[in-house]
Amino acid sequence: MPDLNVIIATDCGSTTTKAILIEKKGDVYRQTYRGEAPTTVEAPFEDVTRGVLNAIQEVEELSGRKILDGERIITPANGEAGVDIYISTSSAGGGLQMMVAGVVKAMTGESAQRCALGAGAIVMDVLSTDDGRLPYQKIERIRQLRPDMVLLSGGTDGGTVTHVVEMAEFIAAADPRPRFGMGFRLPVIYAGNRVAREVVEKTLGDRTALTLTENIRPVLERENLGPARHKIHDLFLEHVMAQAPGYRKLISWAGAPIMPTPGAVGLIMQTIARKQGINVIGVDIGGATTDVFSVFGEVFNRTVSANLGMSYSISNVLAEAGLRNILRWAPFAIDEADLRDRIKNKMIRPTTIPQMLEELKIEQAIAREALRLAFIQHRALAVGLKGVQTERTISDAFDQSATGESLIRMMDLHLLVGSGGVLSHAPRRAQSMAMSIDAFQPEGITRIAVDSIFMMPHLGVLSTVNEQAATDVFDRDCMIYLGACVAPAGTGRPGEKCLDYELHLRGGRTERGDLSVGEVRVHPLKEDAEARLMAQPARGFDLGAGRGKPVEATVKGGVVGVVVDARGRPIQIAEKEDERIRQITEWNKAMDLYPK
Amino acid sequence: MAHAYTPGLRVTRRTVIRKRRILPLKGEVLVGVGDRVSKDRVVAQTDLPGNVVTLNAVNLLGVTPAELPGYMLRQVGDRVEKGEAIAETRPFIKWLKTTIQAPVTGAVESVSTITGQVILREPPRPVSVRAYIDGRIAEVVPDEGVVVETSGAFVQGIFGVGGERWGEIRFVAASPEEDLDPANIRPEHKGRLLVAGALATLTGIRRAVEVGAAGVIAGGIRDRDLRELLGYDLGVAITGTEEIGLTVVVTEGFGRIAMAGKTFSVLKEREGEEASVSGATQIRAGVLRPEIIIPSGAEGPDAAAAPGQSEGMQIGDPIRVIRQPYFGRIGAVASLPPELQTVESETKVRVLGVRFEDGSIAVVPRANVEIIEE
Repeated sequence: MPDLNVIIATDCGSTTTKAILIEKKGDVYRQTYRGEAPTTVEAPFEDVTRGVLNAIQEVEELSGRKILDGERIITPANGEAGVDIYISTSSAGGGLQMMVAGVVKAMTGESAQRCALGAGAIVMDVLSTDDGRLPYQKIERIRQLRPDMVLLSGGTDGGTVTHVVEMAEFIAAADPRPRFGMGFRLPVIYAGNRVAREVVEKTLGDRTALTLTENIRPVLERENLGPARHKIHDLFLEHVMAQAPGYRKLISWAGAPIMPTPGAVGLIMQTIARKQGINVIGVDIGGATTDVFSVFGEVFNRTVSANLGMSYSISNVLAEAGLRNILRWAPFAIDEADLRDRIKNKMIRPTTIPQMLEELKIEQAIAREALRLAFIQHRALAVGLKGVQTERTISDAFDQSATGESLIRMMDLHLLVGSGGVLSHAPRRAQSMAMSIDAFQPEGITRIAVDSIFMMPHLGVLSTVNEQAATDVFDRDCMIYLGACVAPAGTGRPGEKCLDYELHLRGGRTERGDLSVGEVRVHPLKEDAEARLMAQPARGFDLGAGRGKPVEATVKGGVVGVVVDARGRPIQIAEKEDERIRQITEWNKAMDLYPK
Repeated sequence: MAHAYTPGLRVTRRTVIRKRRILPLKGEVLVGVGDRVSKDRVVAQTDLPGNVVTLNAVNLLGVTPAELPGYMLRQVGDRVEKGEAIAETRPFIKWLKTTIQAPVTGAVESVSTITGQVILREPPRPVSVRAYIDGRIAEVVPDEGVVVETSGAFVQGIFGVGGERWGEIRFVAASPEEDLDPANIRPEHKGRLLVAGALATLTGIRRAVEVGAAGVIAGGIRDRDLRELLGYDLGVAITGTEEIGLTVVVTEGFGRIAMAGKTFSVLKEREGEEASVSGATQIRAGVLRPEIIIPSGAEGPDAAAAPGQSEGMQIGDPIRVIRQPYFGRIGAVASLPPELQTVESETKVRVLGVRFEDGSIAVVPRANVEIIEE
């Protein structure tokens, strides 16, 4: 790859196409200008490149750099004209929708699901031999779904072939059709038992566009998701994108393969976690879906909650969380029927914004629940491999979590990154911080940030061509650090002692605190500043060193500062309405969330 | 972005309406360009592959998968009748014989020597697409379907449930403010599309189902009532397949909201005429709104062409406010200040001044209004 000094990147979303310009300034890369335009995949334009050109044109106007020559991107850069490379991600047209199949739901079924999700797909259904459905129900389901692609796995290499072949027979019997392109054959990836390849090929070869790749679970003790994920990306380009209007042209412009948006976000998170040696959770809450990414101990997981979002799917948040759970975050009482109508009105008119303060508070209450539910779904999938034989001692027999244990350990989390309108564009940054803390309930000391303009997709695909450029921009322009959350894990009665601490700030200044259970306090600490924290949790509370053990650590600041959260984990909210309203009002006041 | 406002719903007395009528799978188109069609005419049809039935033949017969073909009485591709023997064992003692009978009529789809499964497929199921509106075939999409064109009144709703239906328009409310009152719904409303003013009440809708009305059109519906009607809480706005006995179209939103005066009058002018209605709503990519189409039967050069893309918002444009605190109120654009303003929620947004029908003026975010489009 030649030297890259000027890079233009776009993300073609379902509604908006966002372009960013990245330029090398001295030794570091910076994101300098951005532009956006409506996505033009649908009628009347039906050509994704129109929106891309419009977005790039806005960048041209703002930067003064000539990037387009008519409908062509000028490459390479030459002085004040052109760019060295154009790259893009895409989630237009509903993203990549897949169906996955395995033999045992908790084993190859889950591995296949993790594989597809990590590649950036929405998993429409997971079929397996033991999913409780009768054969004809499985076949009917495959036929109804019309996915973009199917991933079939099952069996360890050299193991029994019967079950995985049975799944192949069901797929063949369903004679599935792809979502786009009426006359085309559906892409199917086979990533199961190597020994069954020949039979699977015989069964599916003439009915589907079959691709064979390495087994995603060659042995029970190991997942091998990489090769199948690459195949998913290849087929996404060849089959799914090539059917979408204008994409053939877009593919020809791009200097690196176009990636599904969430796949690219996953990539940048993995890069950051690896380079900084940290555990990261990222969340992107959109109008229709909420994606959660995590990297713990270098294991990457992604989940997408297809029906949890802030506009198109807002009503589903109400259906899944229940009214009570949403209302518990609101510092006032509200009539149930009225709230239901308001939520439905947001669903049918998704682009409206809260004009009244009360409406903003309701939306942020719903966001907390959408994030909380999406995170529960993530924790359920981000687990160690199930079905693995481990040597167990008698003491293990009392611990049922030997396999399939959650990889998400909140106490070990270093960085929590939020993105999506409700988090990135909240009128006060403290609101974003409060929503993130309430929904994810980080424990110990955790840095919290938001993605300023949802630049992570661009940076993910950029990391495939120039890792330094991607990480430079991530640190300097993408992240807005909100601050640190200091939260002892444990529970206690309101008013009981929870934490004593000292914050030693630059210049020799010290701030002290003595918090009881149920209290929250904020200490302003600028984004580039650090402080030394010396804390003594009360008996029963753990700040990372064990219950009641003192902790000394460096905390980094942000636009909000250091939030010391003594509400316990899980956060204790009063049952009685007047008590709850008083509690929420106090917390909101402590964090200065809303105008008086 | 150039236009940061919600595109409006169309409410127009006369326009050219084109509807794509496409099969789910390739099939046969039964009409040609220029043909006149009535709304119930089948314009294209195809066969959907039949259902499949799986039989674990090896378990039933007590043989191995590799041996299975030797016991099959019917082979792949053969037609079978329900109850007909398709495989059997040949033991020395005849009464130990095991026979597998076809549980359905169809054909043998596959016989697996790996899993020992036999798959039978039932005969194909025909599906057809109707014209949906009275009109003329403007275009044939070979093997897939047609585009039907007509001219007439076209009213888009904001949300609906239930599929495509048609019937004569009948008013059961005297003004846009009046709710759907079950007492006004009578047996002669069978097969009719009933127009109320403000609220489609649950009791009213139930009464309409009881008399066999084709649909109900009103300003709003309460979410609580919708949940009762459907039997579940609607999570995402993808509708059109509900089977609740009729089609419901709301023109303004959730809650009790008076129907916009123009919508009410456009429908009122065509009372007694046949209309086609669909409740299908989809808010995500590929936006689909419910609609009421009342063909005039005089399509041709005199009909006004469908408007192109809107050119943005102008002073004087009729608008509907679509969020609190002025939700549901109708007015006209009074001012379009270009600079961002901070509203009560501290959100910085582009706003507009709106003059309501009573002469009062308010400031609202531009994202919270929609143009009432011709």
